[in-house]
Amino acid sequence: MTRTPSRTGLILRHEFLHTIKKKGFIILTLAIPVLLLVGIGIFKLASGVVAPPPAVTRIGYIDHIGGFGPLYQPAGIELIRIESEAAATGALTRGELDEYFVIPADYVATGTVARYTLEKELVPPPSVASAIEGFLDSNLLVSEVPAELIGRVLTPVHISTTTLTEEGTVAEDQGGFTNFIIPALFGALLAIALNVSANYVLQSLGVEKENRLMEILLSTVSPRQLLTGKLLGRGAAGLLQVLFWAISIPLLLRLASATIGGALTSIQASPGLLVLGVAYFVLGYLLFAVVSLAIAAICSTVREAQGIAPLFTLMAIAPFWFISLLMFFPNSPIWVVFSFVPFSAPVLVMLRLGITGVPAWQLAVSMAVLVASVLGGLWIAAKLLRIYLLMYGKRPRIREIVRVLRAG
Amino acid sequence: MPAVEVIDVVKAYTGKVAVDGLSFSAEAGEVFGLIGPNGAGKTTTIRMLMDIIHPDSGQVAIFGETPSQATKDRLGYLPEERGLYKKLTVIETISYLASLKGMDPRTIEAKADALLEQTGMLENKKKKVEELSKGMSQIIQLVVTIVHDPELVILDEPFTGLDPVNTERIKQLLLDLRERGKAVILSTHQMNQVEAVCDRVLMVNDGRAVLYGALDEIRAEHRGHAVIVQTGTEPGAESAAEIPQVDGVVERRTHKDHVELVLDATTTPQRVLETLVEAGVAIDRFEIATPTLHEIFIEKAGAEEGLEVGGEAHDANAE
Repeated sequence: MTRTPSRTGLILRHEFLHTIKKKGFIILTLAIPVLLLVGIGIFKLASGVVAPPPAVTRIGYIDHIGGFGPLYQPAGIELIRIESEAAATGALTRGELDEYFVIPADYVATGTVARYTLEKELVPPPSVASAIEGFLDSNLLVSEVPAELIGRVLTPVHISTTTLTEEGTVAEDQGGFTNFIIPALFGALLAIALNVSANYVLQSLGVEKENRLMEILLSTVSPRQLLTGKLLGRGAAGLLQVLFWAISIPLLLRLASATIGGALTSIQASPGLLVLGVAYFVLGYLLFAVVSLAIAAICSTVREAQGIAPLFTLMAIAPFWFISLLMFFPNSPIWVVFSFVPFSAPVLVMLRLGITGVPAWQLAVSMAVLVASVLGGLWIAAKLLRIYLLMYGKRPRIREIVRVLRAG
Repeated sequence: MPAVEVIDVVKAYTGKVAVDGLSFSAEAGEVFGLIGPNGAGKTTTIRMLMDIIHPDSGQVAIFGETPSQATKDRLGYLPEERGLYKKLTVIETISYLASLKGMDPRTIEAKADALLEQTGMLENKKKKVEELSKGMSQIIQLVVTIVHDPELVILDEPFTGLDPVNTERIKQLLLDLRERGKAVILSTHQMNQVEAVCDRVLMVNDGRAVLYGALDEIRAEHRGHAVIVQTGTEPGAESAAEIPQVDGVVERRTHKDHVELVLDATTTPQRVLETLVEAGVAIDRFEIATPTLHEIFIEKAGAEEGLEVGGEAHDANAE
C-alpha cells in the first residue's frame, strides 16, 4: 500500500464533492442570482414597456366659505370648482370627476372637510390628501403672507445629512438606504446559507446513522476525523455558495444600475463589510453545524433530526421578523443584547452594520461569544456523538442528556 | 503471535457490566466463532477489538499491538447494524470506504472487480445501492469489508436475511479467507453455520466465557452416556418403536427418525450394539450421541435467554 491522503482529507473531499453535486445545492446556488435577474427584468418591463401613462386625478370641490380658488395644482391632480353637492355627485357618477370634497362654512373652526369617492379605501391616497391640504393651506394664507412663504409652508424642509468622523472630516460611509442594500442582502443570504449548510451537515451524519454506516465508519476512522472532515467538507461547500453569491450579486446590481439607474448606482460594499460577512459566516456556520451534529447524533432518523433543528436555525432568520423596528432603532439595547446571543448574532450584526455604525467593542464581544459557543458546542457535540452515535431507538430525554454531560 | 488476544477484559455501562473478565485468543488461519445469547456482550467485545470503545480494565491486543488507527487498517469489520450509502453506486461506495482503510486508490477498482466477479455481483457495479435487493446489499457489504485484504476479519451475523445461494457464497468466502491464512471471527446465532465453518468457539453469557475451545472438543466434553440407533430405512425393517428392551438402558427418547438410548453407568455402547445385533434388529445407524452446538447453546444460555431473538429497539451499547 502506498501513502494516501489523510483520512480527514478524504472525508472532507467526499463530503464537499457529494454536496456540490446535489441537485438541491446547484438549484439553490443558481436560484438567488436568477431570481434577482428576473426581478430586474420585471422592473424594467413594468417601468418601460407596460407602465400606463400617468393619469390626472380630477378632484371637485364645493366652497361654502367662498373665495377659494385653484391656487395650488400639484402634478397629476386637477382641482375643479363645482357649484353644489348634487352637481358634484352627478359628475362623479357620470365619470367626469374621480372624487370631490366639500368645504363647510365652519371649516376654519372645525378643520373638517367631507370627501366623497366611488373607491373603497383604508385611508385617502397620500397624493390626494397632500393636494387637498395644499389647496386649503394656500387659499387660507393667500391674503396673509407672500407667495414664496406659502411655497415654503407647503414644502417646509428637505433634510440633507452629512455624517462626520470623530476627527470632524466627512465620513466615507454616509449611510442611508443604498448602503443598507448590500448588508441586508448579505444578511438574508447569510441566513439562508447558515440554514442550508447546517441542514447539509445534519443530513450527512443523519443519513449515515439512519443507514447504519456509523459503526463501519468508526471501525475505520476516529470520531474526531469523521467530524472534522464533515464540518470542513460541508462548510467548504457552503462557503463556495456564499462566495458565488457575493461575486454574482454585486455584478447583477451593477447591471441593474445600468438599466434602472437612480439609487442603485451609489450602492457600496466596503471590503471591511465583506471580511466581516465571511467571518460571521464561518463562525455562524461552525456553531449551527456543531448543533446539527449533536442533534443528528441523538436522533435515529434524518426526519426526526430535521424536526428539532429549526428550533435553533430559525434564530438565524429571527432578526428579519423585526426588521422595521431594527431600522428605526438600530442601537436599542435589545439589539445590542441579541448581538451577543450566538444564534442571532451573525445575521443581526450584518443588518445593523448596514443601518448604523456598530461599535468595535460590540463586534469584538459578539465574535468572542460566537467563538466560545463554537468551542463549547464542539465539546458537547463530541460527547453526545461518542455516547449516542451507535444507539438506535428512542431519543434520549433532555434530562438524560444533561445527566450524561454532567457525568463526564 | 495470535491475531487477537483478550486478557481479563472488563467493560461496564451505567448500571450494567457488559463484559466481565473475558479472556480469549484467535489465531491466523482459523475461523473463530463468537456466540452467545442477545445481550451477552459479544458486540461490546467486538467494538473493543475495533477500538470503537475502550475497556475499563484488562488488555486487548491485535497482532500484538494495542488497538489503534494502524490496527484498524489491518481489520475488516462487518457489523450487525450495517448499511451502505443508498445514493452512491456500488463502485463509488466501495472506493470511498476502501480509501478510508488506507488502500491505494489506483488498486481499488481492480480489487473490487475481482471480488464482485467472485460473488456474482460485477454486473451491479455501476448500479446505485438503493436499486439492489437486501441480499445483494449484504454481499456488497462483505466486499467492502474485505476489499482492502485485511489480516483479521470480524463478521457479526453475516448470514442474516440471505437466501441459501448467497449464504453458500458467503460461507465459501469465509473458507477462502481461512485458506489464505486470515483470522476470521464469526459472531452469529446460527449454530449450524458455526458448526459448518468454525474451528474454535467462545460462548459468552452475561459478559463471561462459558465455553471456549475447539468445536470438536467442546462437543466431546458435552457428550452424554447415550447412543443413537436408527432403524427402518430398509423396506420391511422394524420401525424405531420396535427396538426391543435392552438391559442397562435407563431412558428411551424417540425422535422423528431415530431413538436415543440413555445408558446406566455400567453399560457400554458396545454391549448395547451386541444385544441389538443378537436380537436381529436391522441397524442403519448406530453412534454415540453427541449434542449439537445448538443443544449446548440452549443448555448453557438457558432456554429462556437462548430463544429470545430480535426484540425491540436495539440499544447497541448495552450489549
